[in-house]
Amino acid sequence: MSENTPVIVTEALTRTFTSRKHTVEAVRGLDLEIGRGELVAFLGPNGAGKSTTLRMLTTLLAPTSGRATVAGHDVVAEQDAVRRSIGYVGQGNGAGHQQRGRDELVSQGRAHGLTRAGARARADELIADLDLGAVADRKVSTLSGGQRRRLDIAMGLVHRPEVLFLDEPSTGLDPQNRANLQVQVERLHAETGNTIVLTTHYLEEADALAERVVVIDHGQIIADDSAYRLKSGLGDRITLGFADEAGAELAAGRAARVPGAQVTRTGRQVVARIAHGNEVVAGLVHDLHLADHGPASVEVVRPTLDDVFLELTGRSLREANESATTPAGNDNDETDEGAAA
Amino acid sequence: MSTTTQETRVTGAAAVVRARPAVRRGAARLVADTLNVMNRELKPVWREPASVLFAMVQPLVFLGLFAPLLPDADGGALQWFVPGIIAMTCLMGASFTGAGLMDEMLTGSHERMLVSPLSRASLLLGRAFKEIVPMLMQAAIILVVVTPFSFDLHPLGVLVGVAMLALFSVGVASMSYTLGLASDGQPWLFWTVQQTAIFPVLLLAGVLLPLDGGPGWLRTLADLNPLKYVVQAERELFGGTWHADVIAQGFAGGLVIAALGLWIGIRGMQRS
Repeated sequence: MSENTPVIVTEALTRTFTSRKHTVEAVRGLDLEIGRGELVAFLGPNGAGKSTTLRMLTTLLAPTSGRATVAGHDVVAEQDAVRRSIGYVGQGNGAGHQQRGRDELVSQGRAHGLTRAGARARADELIADLDLGAVADRKVSTLSGGQRRRLDIAMGLVHRPEVLFLDEPSTGLDPQNRANLQVQVERLHAETGNTIVLTTHYLEEADALAERVVVIDHGQIIADDSAYRLKSGLGDRITLGFADEAGAELAAGRAARVPGAQVTRTGRQVVARIAHGNEVVAGLVHDLHLADHGPASVEVVRPTLDDVFLELTGRSLREANESATTPAGNDNDETDEGAAA
Repeated sequence: MSTTTQETRVTGAAAVVRARPAVRRGAARLVADTLNVMNRELKPVWREPASVLFAMVQPLVFLGLFAPLLPDADGGALQWFVPGIIAMTCLMGASFTGAGLMDEMLTGSHERMLVSPLSRASLLLGRAFKEIVPMLMQAAIILVVVTPFSFDLHPLGVLVGVAMLALFSVGVASMSYTLGLASDGQPWLFWTVQQTAIFPVLLLAGVLLPLDGGPGWLRTLADLNPLKYVVQAERELFGGTWHADVIAQGFAGGLVIAALGLWIGIRGMQRS
């Protein structure tokens, strides 16, 4: 396989769930290509179809229609080859609660065909890498949430997978552990150069981690770009305050000349939404000073991915998360009949 | 000479670069996967051997508080009762075991194993065969407890009897795993079905009281219970007598349970 061949390809990938005569289209005709070494986040509210997509890509769920390949293997016809190529960190704990962490790492290595000695050595490596030394020989059920999550990631890495999938890796973690996890994922990506796909409904996480954000809502991709470009397209919000209305009027006129700018003036205050506003604002302030109407205050607010989501769907991601109560629409709760064999 | 060294070195390097182990196929792979699953399942048993005592609480209560009530308690009663109690322990332990799988379905490790290259069949087979180990430990504990009392140990009979119980354990454990899979994360469902099923099976096997004095309909029901034949054969073997027909019937009962259990268990696992 050449360097440029995408590592994940989906074509019209679709999954519907039927429960009590009720059909829900969880994923609707997803077309996606992910290249080797990309770090991609699927962002969307609960029930958007992110996890269902991930479950199809990891062979846990058969697509209703369409197809997908992972690492060059079809997710239905070549499940075995797909499973050998991927690491999967699900929403739950990969390590059994009645087991010891080190034992589980060794078992996982053996399941992937490592020799006994190889599996032990790999477990030692991962325990050191993920800072699990103090807890690796304890029963998993006695570990804290953050420790268990680190162990889960170690479990996903045992066989050095080409592609690592992380399903909602930070859900349920406190902010410190969440930050810690982001550092781990970034380091992993930098060190191995592997493809990493994660789902999240935390925009801060998608923003901080991913080079590419695929925004999913109602089972469809509604945006797909770097977080920076998604936000830049929306424009920064510049708020300028003036000593008098004349200054505000002058500023509003000047700002309106910038292509694509949306400007509103209220009294002595001007609010402008301008693409790359962070760069435009310096020139604007300079101009106004030359015209003897320098602003008294300047504020530039960069848009968040929440603004992007709001712009795309008309509702904020936080609202969407709270109101995700559509029947069987919850990603975490598969109520259907046919899982992948 | 130097060429050979170089070649060795090159091959060694290539092996490291590939790092991807050879993929086994067919039966060899099923055996390897099954052993992997079994080893994993046994780790908590080796780490905490005392855990096998949990499934023994009820059988030991019966042994301590029920056996003395049997008529002829000083003579052959213990000899008659102990094989049944060992079968009961076996039934208890193996039928609890699906709860462990259900826990792993709830916490996520079962899902992780489903994404691993382990075959679906091995996920069931490894778990089912693992059940033989705690069963052996439990049988040994009971024999150690009762031998100082009026119980005669017939080692060869015990060995054959335990082999028969191993078959039975594998079958019951598979059924318990199937129930765990079917309960789909609802523990109440698992425990209701397990508890409801277990006592009729025990009573209709003549574990606690002989069936001979029962009414016809009850004896007919008991005749349909494979455990009855296992228990009869165990009594024979533990008593050191060898009636081929009784023993053959016992093995047949164990085989029926094992075959049925593995069949529904593997099917269930393949669908999960």
